[in-house]
Amino acid sequence: MKDSIISVHYLKKAYGEHIVLDGLNFEVERGSIFALLGENGAGKTTTVRILSTLIQADSGTATIAGYDTHHESDFVKQNISLTGQYASVDELLTGEENLMMMGRLNHLDRKLVKKRTAELLEQFELTKAAKKQVKTYSGGMRRRIDIAISLLASPQVIFLDEPTTGLDPRSRRKMWSMIQQLAKNGVTIFLTTQYLEEADQLADKIAVIDNGRIVEEGTAEELKNMIGDENLELTFADFRAFQHAIKLIHGLVNEKEQRITIRTGSIESLRRLLNTLYEHEIEPSSVNFQKPTLDDVFMDITSRNTKELSANA
Amino acid sequence: MRKSNLYWSITDGWTMSQRSLKHIFREPESLLMAIGLPVAIMVMFVYIFGGAIQTGTDYVNYVVPGVIITCAGFGSSLIAISVTQDMVGGLFERLRSMPLLPSSLMIGHVTGGFIRNVIATTVIFLVALLIGFQPNAGFLDWLGVIGLLSLFMLSLNWLFVAIGLIMKSVETANAATFPMLFLPYISSAFVPTETMPVWLQAFADNQPMTPLIETLRGLLIGTPIDNNGWLTIFWFGSLLIISFIISGAIFKRRKKE
Ligand SMILES: Nc1ncnc2c1ncn2[C@@H]1O[C@H](COP(=O)(O)OP(=O)(O)OP(=O)(O)O)[C@@H](O)[C@H]1O
Ligand SMILES: [Mg+2]
Repeated sequence: MKDSIISVHYLKKAYGEHIVLDGLNFEVERGSIFALLGENGAGKTTTVRILSTLIQADSGTATIAGYDTHHESDFVKQNISLTGQYASVDELLTGEENLMMMGRLNHLDRKLVKKRTAELLEQFELTKAAKKQVKTYSGGMRRRIDIAISLLASPQVIFLDEPTTGLDPRSRRKMWSMIQQLAKNGVTIFLTTQYLEEADQLADKIAVIDNGRIVEEGTAEELKNMIGDENLELTFADFRAFQHAIKLIHGLVNEKEQRITIRTGSIESLRRLLNTLYEHEIEPSSVNFQKPTLDDVFMDITSRNTKELSANA
Repeated sequence: MRKSNLYWSITDGWTMSQRSLKHIFREPESLLMAIGLPVAIMVMFVYIFGGAIQTGTDYVNYVVPGVIITCAGFGSSLIAISVTQDMVGGLFERLRSMPLLPSSLMIGHVTGGFIRNVIATTVIFLVALLIGFQPNAGFLDWLGVIGLLSLFMLSLNWLFVAIGLIMKSVETANAATFPMLFLPYISSAFVPTETMPVWLQAFADNQPMTPLIETLRGLLIGTPIDNNGWLTIFWFGSLLIISFIISGAIFKRRKKE
């Protein structure tokens, strides 16, 4: 049997007329990395705020480590930590002072606060900057100190709301490896992200949230498989050849790049396709085989969802 | 080892006050504004306008209470900005997700602000003594001064916590501090109210700053106090209670958002 540390059932939340969460269901396995993937306004932060006891859902239940996030919020708080979407560090204090202050507010004793502070500064590569005011930190360092703070009390579950938004690619990679490191230590990580690549890299399980519902759920592989096989990309240098090919082949056309993307299916259909081109003396400038990226999956899922919605309307 | 809520409220409140105290010295501009400006005003009034203003005593003796409350008022108003900053920044949210009473945030701002008030007031007293201030207050008078100033500062600090909680952005919180810069001028702080136009005098005589200043002046240099002492306690006692209750209520409401 799977060991769920977070269980969410039929969670609903509306602000006035605006339904933000429309019956959310999911489970997060203990010790795993779970990514909630969605576009701006999909309801990611709202979900995190309900799970971290900041707000109440209108209906439905959420439990963490067996405790109800609403009725037993005190116990939930002892098991979680939250790193919000916007850094909540004190700009005027140094990195070290921030950690010490939050350690004391976590009601750890003085000795332990000191020890944890030194450990976390080390772990997040901030030892050198420890005595500098946070306002002098780069975006990446700020994010790191923010996450370090949330680890002070050694929580079982940590919530990271868009931990890499606004970071440059290098800092993002660094953050990824730090998050992976945390998971190795047995912490359960619930993160939200708008980046498919991030979910792909980090998450054991991905849930795609759209319009307040989980529209798809699974491992990165499972999601990719859903959209099917490999794609064949044909790019044409010659505009006439491109025009001609569009008439002959059914696929996704990219006018600007003069590219056609085709779902290949069987080997037989692939052979037929190449034959057709050969018979018409059309020569693509490049032929590319490609596994679908999560981007494709995401576009596919969300556009399918919008279609359903407009069909219902 | 489980300790009581009261114990943690006090320790957490103290941790938060230490933070506010650090802020004072990390933001030299606001320390300068909070202490330097009133001192400059005092020196300016004493040396430039002082000769022209008839108050019946040495002008420096007349003006010290006004400078102190101007300074305290301005210092307290800065609390609104920091509270708003904590609310719109993530700190408040983070505290709420932790196992502690988030109201320690308010206690920290009030206490930190109070300590800042005390520092600023001491500096002003010292500078005033240097430029010729000669109080003739006895021990009990000094206790009275300290008591009334504390009441005044705490009530203002809670008022500005409430204002900081209401404001949705740091800019609007900033704007809310301006009245505190001007209110003391329309009182008996710098000039006797009899010298003002009638309509302004009506306001100046009846606004809470005037009885406070008259009482402080009476305690410090022995001018008549009349019923100003009770008026002061009434005004700022009510302000303290009302601001405290309102802050608590808004704080609870913002928790549910
Ligand atoms: N306190 C609130 N009052 C009214 N509407 C709100 C409130 N909080 C969130 N919303 C609305 O709920 C929707 C979902 O917001 P949420 O912050 O959960 O999205 P998100 O997925 O985190 O988006 P982003 O990627 O931009 O952070 C948005 O349309 C937002 O306007
Ligand atoms: Mg968000």
